[in-house]
Amino acid sequence: MRKEVIKQVKAFRIFGRSIRDSFKSVFRNFSLSIASILCTTITLVLVAIAIIISANINHITKDLEEELTIVVYAKADTPDERLDAIEKEIKNISNVTNVTAKSKEEWRVEMQGYSDTLNTTLDYLDENPLLDSFIVTVKNVDDLRPTALKIRDIENVESANYGEGMVEDIISVFDIVQTVTLVMVIALVVVTAFLISNTIKLTIFSRRSEIEIMRLVGSSNTSIKLPFVFEGFLLGVLGSIIPIIVMIYGYLIMYEQVSSSSSFSIIELVRPMPFVLITSLILLLIGSVVGMFGSARAVRKYLKI
Amino acid sequence: MRFIEIKNCYKVYKNGVAAIADLTLNINKGEFVFVIGASGSGKSTLIKMLYREEKPTKGTVEIGGINVGKLRNRTVYKLRRKLGIVFQDFKLLPKLTVYENVAFALECLGMKGSEIRPKVIKALDHVGLKDKLRSFPNELSGGEQQRVCIARAIVNNPKLLICDEPTGNLDPKTSKGIMDVLETINKELGTTIIMATHDKEIVNRMKKRVIVLDSGVLKEDHEKGSYKASESI
Repeated sequence: MRKEVIKQVKAFRIFGRSIRDSFKSVFRNFSLSIASILCTTITLVLVAIAIIISANINHITKDLEEELTIVVYAKADTPDERLDAIEKEIKNISNVTNVTAKSKEEWRVEMQGYSDTLNTTLDYLDENPLLDSFIVTVKNVDDLRPTALKIRDIENVESANYGEGMVEDIISVFDIVQTVTLVMVIALVVVTAFLISNTIKLTIFSRRSEIEIMRLVGSSNTSIKLPFVFEGFLLGVLGSIIPIIVMIYGYLIMYEQVSSSSSFSIIELVRPMPFVLITSLILLLIGSVVGMFGSARAVRKYLKI
Repeated sequence: MRFIEIKNCYKVYKNGVAAIADLTLNINKGEFVFVIGASGSGKSTLIKMLYREEKPTKGTVEIGGINVGKLRNRTVYKLRRKLGIVFQDFKLLPKLTVYENVAFALECLGMKGSEIRPKVIKALDHVGLKDKLRSFPNELSGGEQQRVCIARAIVNNPKLLICDEPTGNLDPKTSKGIMDVLETINKELGTTIIMATHDKEIVNRMKKRVIVLDSGVLKEDHEKGSYKASESI
């Protein structure tokens, strides 16, 4: 029992010393520490840019997709009861989220507002030549076409249009852009991992004699590894500070610019809160975890003395 | 009482070089043994096998009942904590002071700071460097650096001190000083000492047990030997 306690106290002491040594070592090997920190900083800035691009493209895509609708026109002279039935039948289609009826009178008022010519033309006509319609929004934009086809089959439906051809092109472009940005983020994270781990390897290479001596005087592998793992963690955290600051300020400025500019009025970026906080956390996590694993991997090579 | 038992030991390196061939050797507790031989005779391999930097290809090397060759990389530290190693190139950490270099060996074991201090002072006192605690290795002479290395090796009261040509880089006068330190440790602390060396003068003067290796084979083993015992070397 007493032996167990002593063992735990010793382990705790080694743990404490590892943290102390990792701080010392960052300063004692200052130039290499700076190299590791800078390398982490540069790659994490790239990762931050990739995350911002990817998140915003995703956001814009979703916004645009929400605006894609199917406009359904009922045949002329469809009685009101039948119009109600059509609305119900459209609602029953599984992909449909919302159906808004828009009567021909509503269309007429709207169109008269467009231009004076239209106004007078429509006034000349005794009867409203326009058709009753429904505006349909869908859950899954990819199934826009089959949904439109189903609606066309409904009795008394004249047409169901969603901008065939163009919409499909836009959707496939969005899909490609989303995949590309995602791949970019993943690739950059992997590159960061390699760069950080290699820089730390360089630091450790210059200290292999230290590791050798530790082994020869009887340090266990864990107690050799610990200070290096803490050091990697510390370097990763220090390296993610600048990217986080750059990302937060950069994004706030960009958001401000885009939302106040008239030429970008159709684009709405992701709101800065909590986006910048989440991205900061992601950067901090990538930096510290990659730093830790990078140095653990690098030390392992020198532990087989 | 037998402390080190080497039985039918062979060591063949990966490149095919046979460094040790059919070596059988016993060393008792408290002995002072010189291992001599020409370059490439297998001295260093024998020394390295004792602290398990190399594993025997065949046969066994036992120290205090531990079969050294069977130890796994992960558990080698348990053996090394029981022995002290002195190197030709000192292997001191240049960024640590003399005190820190010696204390380092105890810190690795998780010892308390208050326990470490008296032990380090005592070890440095043994090698006559008590007044150089705060110096860095590059501020010391070669002999002094080697004495720091010895202090680090004995600070944990090891039963066995392994010395790989400790005087190889030192002038004769300094070498004598180092040997005096080693002899005191052997006599006063009862530490078993195995020392690989090229230094004729030291071996002849100290009149200790001498083991002569030639191409990895044990050629001679004299109780109070000297270099003269083996004219071929």
